[in-house]
Amino acid sequence: LRPCHVNASLANKVFIQRDYSEGTTCKFQTKFPSELESRIERTLFEDTVKTLNNYYAEAEKIGGQSYLEGCLACATAYLIFLCMETRYEKVLKKIAKYIQEQNEKIYAPRGLLITDPIERGMRVIEISIYEDRGSSGSSSGSSSVSGSTAR
Amino acid sequence: MSAVMITRKVRKWEKLPGKNTFCCDGRVMMARQKGVFYLTLFLITGTCALFFAFECPYLAVHLCPAIPVFAVLLFLFVMAMLLRTSFSDPGVLPRALPEEATFIEMEIEAANGNVPAGQRPPPRIRNVQINNQIVKLKYCYTCKIFRPPRASHCSICDNCVDRFDHHCPWVGNCVGKRNYRYFYLFTLSLSLLTIYIFTFDIVHVVMRSMNGGFLNTLKETPGTVLEVLVCFFTLWSVVGLTGFHTYLISLNQTTNEDIKGSWSGKNRGQNPYSHKNIIKNCCEVLCGPTYPSVLDRRGLLQEDTLISSSNPVPQSTKTTAPLIPNEHTPDDAKPSIAASAEKNASPKEEHPAATKVPPLASPETDAETSIAKERAH
Repeated sequence: LRPCHVNASLANKVFIQRDYSEGTTCKFQTKFPSELESRIERTLFEDTVKTLNNYYAEAEKIGGQSYLEGCLACATAYLIFLCMETRYEKVLKKIAKYIQEQNEKIYAPRGLLITDPIERGMRVIEISIYEDRGSSGSSSGSSSVSGSTAR
Repeated sequence: MSAVMITRKVRKWEKLPGKNTFCCDGRVMMARQKGVFYLTLFLITGTCALFFAFECPYLAVHLCPAIPVFAVLLFLFVMAMLLRTSFSDPGVLPRALPEEATFIEMEIEAANGNVPAGQRPPPRIRNVQINNQIVKLKYCYTCKIFRPPRASHCSICDNCVDRFDHHCPWVGNCVGKRNYRYFYLFTLSLSLLTIYIFTFDIVHVVMRSMNGGFLNTLKETPGTVLEVLVCFFTLWSVVGLTGFHTYLISLNQTTNEDIKGSWSGKNRGQNPYSHKNIIKNCCEVLCGPTYPSVLDRRGLLQEDTLISSSNPVPQSTKTTAPLIPNEHTPDDAKPSIAASAEKNASPKEEHPAATKVPPLASPETDAETSIAKERAH
């Protein structure tokens, strides 16, 4: 998944670290990195991270449903996971879809790309910053699908 | 000299660093030394086989047919838990890719400031506050990451493992976040199985001796002696281990933390991960969510192999971890990231070119001085 700029090249990568203030549950810091200041609005970035944090909290919630899943799985010697998807895996699929959506709608038009944290061991949210290489007159905000520059 | 680049797809597990062995095309993940694991398998299946052969026929007839049925169910559960513990990913944290490693190094340098020459740089530690308790996160020189809280590096498997408990040679794998509950259920069910077999061995010997005499009984069922011996020694160790882990679970501690004394002694009662409630702690560890593996073992990776006509031996570029200093020597020079672990490995031919650094007395400066001399004339 790359921005549709023909001349875009990778300039930098920012890594959003984990927030351990509430324990070992998966949560990312909402602190706005300085490298993104000129590229994206703070509120959009914070919304993305907060939504991701909510998804992870939902996946790791310890409550009635997780107990039921745990006890049922234990009773079947965990063989049930051969045919059933765990709740965490279901939420991970939702997260992947959400990230793809955010990339398409918000981040790619601004020359940014979010990598799903699961591909980085759930340690960081990697945001790649792309720069327009060459000045063919196209502004950084537009996304040109075709290869030819506008005349 | 012509060169041909051949690209082939490999599974990611083939390129994973660390000292694990993989089976079934990446579905199974274990440590390298598996000898003790085979011993465990042999002891359990052997003892149960003897029980089914010698005791069960007699007990099913003279006592209750449910006895062997329950023994079979218990045996199957023990095996399922053992295999699940041994074959699953314990919660290995993948190593940092070069860009992430560089980013972290830059953050460390920024935090440390200028270190005067000749002085040892300060240890790489990050302090985080968890539930109003300061926890120190250590930097792992092998994996190039700051270890998350409760993670530790296993030197046997050469991996950082999340919520690292211990490396168990009996199951041939590390015990960590993802397989701790299977490990606990294995020890618990094995304790029950051992007690079960031991009890019914005694019952069987007593019942038979009443009819035929003690020595005759032993002659008829020689397997019983072996079973009793194995069960007797297993009982003490496995039941003790189960009790120990029950204690750890109720306090939400890991074996690693217990050994290091992180939350005992003067730090007693300060465990920030504990819910301060035994039931809640047990529920979290045993009935918590099943964490996914972050190691994509069966994903596909492109491997480029360069075959040049002058050199018939194919030079395949390995996407192994870069050369890094041993964890025990943190003062070594910063590791040079020679090989990248990126998806498309660049051919080896490019690397010698990249390391060519222009000499101090560059030809350009000489050219400039000669031009200046010419102009002067």
